[in-house]
Amino acid sequence: MAAAASGAPVVTAPAGVILEARNLVKRYGHVTALDGVDFELRSGEILAVVGDNGAGKSSLIKALTGALIPDSGEILLDGQPVHFKGPLDARKLGIETVYQDLAVAAALDISSNLFLGRERRRPGFLGNVLRMLDKKGMRAEAERSMADLKFHLPSIGSAVESLSGGQRQGVAVARAALFAKKLAIMDEPTAALGVRETGQVLDLIRAIRQRGLPVVLISHNMPNVFEIADRIHIMRLGRRAAVVSPKTHTMADVVAIMTGAAKVEEPASSGLRASITT
Amino acid sequence: MNSPSALSSGRSIAKKVIGTPSVGPLLVLLAFGVIFSLTNPRFLATQNLSIILQQTVIIGTLAIGQTLIILTAGIDLAVGAICVLGTILAGKLANSGYDPVLAMALAVLACTAAGVAAGGLIAGLRLPPFIVTLGILGIITAALRLISAGGAFSVTDAFLGWTGNTIRLNGFILTYGVIIMLLLYGLIWFLLNQTQWGRHVYAVGNNPEAARLVGIPVGRLLLSVYVLAAFIYGIAAWLALGRIPNADPNALQTANLDSITAVVIGGTSLFGGRGGLLGTLIGALIVGVLRNGLTLAGIDPLWQDLITGILVIVAVALDQLTRGKR
Repeated sequence: MAAAASGAPVVTAPAGVILEARNLVKRYGHVTALDGVDFELRSGEILAVVGDNGAGKSSLIKALTGALIPDSGEILLDGQPVHFKGPLDARKLGIETVYQDLAVAAALDISSNLFLGRERRRPGFLGNVLRMLDKKGMRAEAERSMADLKFHLPSIGSAVESLSGGQRQGVAVARAALFAKKLAIMDEPTAALGVRETGQVLDLIRAIRQRGLPVVLISHNMPNVFEIADRIHIMRLGRRAAVVSPKTHTMADVVAIMTGAAKVEEPASSGLRASITT
Repeated sequence: MNSPSALSSGRSIAKKVIGTPSVGPLLVLLAFGVIFSLTNPRFLATQNLSIILQQTVIIGTLAIGQTLIILTAGIDLAVGAICVLGTILAGKLANSGYDPVLAMALAVLACTAAGVAAGGLIAGLRLPPFIVTLGILGIITAALRLISAGGAFSVTDAFLGWTGNTIRLNGFILTYGVIIMLLLYGLIWFLLNQTQWGRHVYAVGNNPEAARLVGIPVGRLLLSVYVLAAFIYGIAAWLALGRIPNADPNALQTANLDSITAVVIGGTSLFGGRGGLLGTLIGALIVGVLRNGLTLAGIDPLWQDLITGILVIVAVALDQLTRGKR
């Protein structure tokens, strides 16, 4: 990411835009959750989304994953307009979401969890007529994908409840990595984890980026965001206040933009300019 | 001295054996077997073992459906009532001149319809299974007493009693009913362990929210479970007519207690998502052995209910202690 030459830092990386949202609005009665928010995720990047409580982070993410239908505005995936009627629509188009509250079935084993809802059947008569699961094939694939991500787990056949919190969340993250064709969205994936376990999950997210999959990371944890993000999308009052790079801005800058203590120039075009005048 | 690795591998083997779900129930079954065979030499006679199996048929079959429902973190308190509905309807229809095959088929259909009602209310309106099935228990019990005017009647049709026919294996007497029950265990075991449907049953029972998030149609799955369970109760009604050629609206009063006991002793958790059918088969045999052994010892059936009641509470307590808190 190149910093701008003078004064105002500009984060520009004209690489392909994977997911884009323009002017999303969502109102609940008198409450405006999204007030014309824009969003842009580029290929191969980790984009952090930060913002104070009520700034519209969750509403934005819900709109991007199909859990919420915006009143107006448009969403483009690979440049094509998409209209999600529910989370399944987004999943079908290759957007996977990891939720903060460990959406795994703890009594089931790792392989079963990775393929939950997307189980594979054996080929031929056994699969087509008897509907038998291809347990071996799924285990092998699960092991391969874990090795790919350099995520070390005990036997792929052990129950998820026997794992640590970090490893459990790792299973959920790995599931997203395994099935996401376009991008993965992680909603506070480390909120419930300790320091060491958070590190494991962050490593995993980096490994996913290395495989070329862009990641949207929603987080409250500034040090984590600065450790891992390529760009930071800052929400304030239902809009995008700025997009900054952790290389050119400090945590204090980001917090200042989040809270409105720092004024941000409205970007003229979608130049994503964020100059701070305190 | 033991090397630490040998010690830990020995311990891990022991852990594995204890952790294997059906081992505990099997040990309990063996313990009861030993106790009863020591106190009464007739207990281990081939003839008595055949009788235990035959006595286990109804509860054993009902417990298959109960297992499916408990695996989804539900419970079925109408299990006995639905089965009795089957016996009364089949008996009434056959006795009033219907073709017996048609009569039995209609009876099984009526049982299945009760499952549609239960599953629909639980999956569609998200009512608690406990309340829904308790209500259905009340409705069916009252309705049966009304249509049968409170009395039992005999059912002598050959087809309805067909499952009582026997084959001999080395002095061991197997009824067709026993064989049908074992086939049902095999079939449902296959569905639970080898198919996507079965895996989703476990997932929905273990964490319905996670199941919904990964796109499992939770409501439809719950409905299918209650319908299949009730269909099995209908088959159990046929097996019941084979065992006793009598339709009695007051029969199977302890079916709730016994089937739930079989499932829970068999290691299936009331919290849902854990357990399996093999354990339930062993659990049903435990209940059967217990009742048979106590009967041989001349102990009043009321005491048997009492002991079964204690057994189910102990089993649930163990489940709670080991797995409820996570």
